[in-house]
Amino acid sequence: MASKNSSNESEKDVKILDGTRRDFLKQSTLLTAIALTPAPLVRAAENGWDEKIAAVYEKVPLNIEVNGVKHQLSVEPRATLLDLLREQLDLTGTKKGCDHGQCGACTVHVDGHRINSCLTLGVMVSGKKITTIEGLAKGDQLHPMQEAFLKHDGFQCGYCTPGQIMSAVACIREGHANSETEIREYMSGNICRCGAYPNIVNAIQEVKDGGQTV
Amino acid sequence: MKVIAPDKDGIKRVDGRLKVTGAIRYAAEYNFPGLVYGVLVNSTVAKGTMTAINGKAAEKAPGVLAVISHLNVPEVSGYKDGKAQPGSPFYNNQVFFNGQPVVLVIANTLERAKYGASLIKITYKVEPHQTNLDSNLQNAVKTGDDYMRGIANAYQSAPVKIEVEYRTPIHVHNAMEPFAVTSVWDGDKVTLYTKSQYIKGMQQDVMKLFNLPEANVQVYSKVIGGAFGSGSPLWPYAKAALIGSKVISKPLKVVIDREQMFTMVGYRSPAVQKIGMGASADGKLIGITHDAIGETATYQRFTEGITNTTCFLYDCPNVNTTYKLANLDLSVPTYTRGPGETTGVFALESAVDELAYALNMDPLGFRLKNYAETDLEQNLPFSSKYLRECYKQGAAQFGWNKRNQKPRSVVQNGWLVGYGLSTGAYWAGRAPSTAKARLSPDGILLIQSATSDMGPGTATVMTKIASEIINIPVENIKIELGSSALPPAAGEYGSMTTSSVGSSVYDVCTELKRKFNELGGNNDDNPNYVKILQDHKLPYLEVTRQSHPDANSGKYSSHAYNVNFVEAHVHPATGMVKIVRVVSVIDGGKILNPITARSQIIGGVVWGISMALMEGGVIDHRYGKYVNSNLGEYHVATNADVPQIEVIFIDKKDPVTNPMGSKGIGEVGIVGVAAAMANAVFNATGIRVRDLPITPDKLVQV
Repeated sequence: MASKNSSNESEKDVKILDGTRRDFLKQSTLLTAIALTPAPLVRAAENGWDEKIAAVYEKVPLNIEVNGVKHQLSVEPRATLLDLLREQLDLTGTKKGCDHGQCGACTVHVDGHRINSCLTLGVMVSGKKITTIEGLAKGDQLHPMQEAFLKHDGFQCGYCTPGQIMSAVACIREGHANSETEIREYMSGNICRCGAYPNIVNAIQEVKDGGQTV
Repeated sequence: MKVIAPDKDGIKRVDGRLKVTGAIRYAAEYNFPGLVYGVLVNSTVAKGTMTAINGKAAEKAPGVLAVISHLNVPEVSGYKDGKAQPGSPFYNNQVFFNGQPVVLVIANTLERAKYGASLIKITYKVEPHQTNLDSNLQNAVKTGDDYMRGIANAYQSAPVKIEVEYRTPIHVHNAMEPFAVTSVWDGDKVTLYTKSQYIKGMQQDVMKLFNLPEANVQVYSKVIGGAFGSGSPLWPYAKAALIGSKVISKPLKVVIDREQMFTMVGYRSPAVQKIGMGASADGKLIGITHDAIGETATYQRFTEGITNTTCFLYDCPNVNTTYKLANLDLSVPTYTRGPGETTGVFALESAVDELAYALNMDPLGFRLKNYAETDLEQNLPFSSKYLRECYKQGAAQFGWNKRNQKPRSVVQNGWLVGYGLSTGAYWAGRAPSTAKARLSPDGILLIQSATSDMGPGTATVMTKIASEIINIPVENIKIELGSSALPPAAGEYGSMTTSSVGSSVYDVCTELKRKFNELGGNNDDNPNYVKILQDHKLPYLEVTRQSHPDANSGKYSSHAYNVNFVEAHVHPATGMVKIVRVVSVIDGGKILNPITARSQIIGGVVWGISMALMEGGVIDHRYGKYVNSNLGEYHVATNADVPQIEVIFIDKKDPVTNPMGSKGIGEVGIVGVAAAMANAVFNATGIRVRDLPITPDKLVQV
């Protein structure tokens, strides 16, 4: 019975062929382009130039400021902020853990607020200021939260750490670090599979109690 | 006298700064010029053959460079003569499980590769599949790992006895870093950046795949974003990436997604375990029978020591165990933190609690009454065993004497309160490993070994070991690991890294110091290394050495031990469980670097909380497909689920395991923890949950 269901499903799949985005481009965007552009380009498309045309039509301009540096970019609307940071700007400190906003490894600040960059399209942050883990320290001087994570061993493998630290800074700024219980609650969007939670809580408490500006 | 005395907690992580600044690069973070992206397409049926793959739409999509499957893959040397392991990517049209990587789409951007992959259409000739362990128990086959001493099933004739069955579900490692390969070919040479717990082993696997000499294969695994046992094999996804980058002759990056992490890189086998346990009326164990059934794949067998600990943990004259496997149409399981023991000791230590209740004895007193002074399985003395001290210190710290034996008898602020206890053990082994140490006139001690660090802090503990022999500032000690070009090291698994690699670091540093003293003409404990090099006009002095387990190690039974004391609060109306307190006491021999060791144990306890209360892979058996293959529905412990965890180390040397006197602690931290939780929940509620996880529905009394 089980296999029969699976079989039916796959047969159904086969019928939905070639309804591709490229076809869509050809039928809509590219046709519009053809209507507006001189004849040679039509031939160019036939000769395989369509990929370049697609690139032009697939991309949109984007101005953002990342860690104090202004960028004028041309991005695909479907590119997430996370992939844009990691793959195009080579800012790999921001981590990809799930792509679903479930783990928090991709946490960055947008205009000072923590967000999951995997659930944010690059085009959504046009004109905004992004801070990633690479932008937290002042030169060689670590941010107090980075120092506290080192001191309290708030990590093991380190993969969730940039997201934890960005979240921890925001947690204090938001005023959600007033007790151990509150910290745990407001840091529960950041999973640490190595299980460094108690050390993370201790690090945040120390920074909070230290009263430094974060 | 040391130049820099590390504080009593040991030294902070030597790579910590790189981690808190985001500067360290994981496997998917090598953005080479001309890098292209690969996305894997999974099978969507659990068993059968692929009859057609329609990749035309993908091939036509912008930016797509290649669509690779078994239909068009060029010859792979390792696949010749039918030598490929079944399930190898692109080998043939066979599908062994739902979620098997079968097609690789390569494009010049990640978005385009993803889109291309979404256009692939596969048709299957589907065959009936079996993915349900419960309905295949009768088909499970013996593994040959059975054990018996004394009389079989002796528990049956004991005055007080229990016969119980426990179930544990699939556990998926779910390391935070998704598995990734960045592969770069240069002619017939290949360089691979990935996560590997066994770099030299992975290099061998790549050599075999392409029939290449060692010099042509370089494996880098400089930092690992968690692995927990899943990072040893060259998994099919990685083979697919290597083949793909060879086909297109460009640097290629393949990162599997969270859903693929459930089917492509192993998991902990679920298990059904029956335990029969009997004792005399005054609580002396008479017999234990432990029968375990796990699962493995049809195309590859994986076994683990589920019943290992049962054979030696208690002083019991009659013990018999069996271990069987059901071959299912699922991907192959693999080592998962505390492999085997974690599953088996949950059952064993739950059963010990149940029998203690049947005897109306304090579970701690019952354990002490049956304390094993020798290893009755191997008939060997223990090289060291401070388990009694673990019980004693833990009980005092936790306040075990305040426990009420009667279940469901303590209420605090509307919550039912319970105390629970468990014991655990894990083999303290060691494998041959090589290190090289070089001291240069700039005062830098460079130590190299092809080991890796999946998180515990390998470089940090090696620095600590070296610093205690070569008295130079800690910051002058550089540990280089994570490359197959370095001296061959044991794999980072089985709680063996510190014992194996650490011993070779200990040995090379000791020998290096001896050489310096020989040149310096004295036997100083703190030779002036730089001056000796300058005096002898030497560019450096170096030592390479392979270290082996002590010749006497076979004469002893060596294990690390742990005891966990847990306080659980259960809300009677909702069944919600809160773990309020944990005291974890560890006999891990000499603790070499307490700050990182403590984090390892905390991590193990957190895994235990996760295992006890929330983790479990759920498969819709109609399709053989996971229905919770994401971190929103496969629950792991978050910050709010975890209390402060108190870790106590006995911190006494083992005289046999290695020259440092340590016993590995990576695995033992989780062993037994889930049983302590379940026992605490029973003490709180009077409800014995024998099938994990202990979700609220199992605790609400209607």
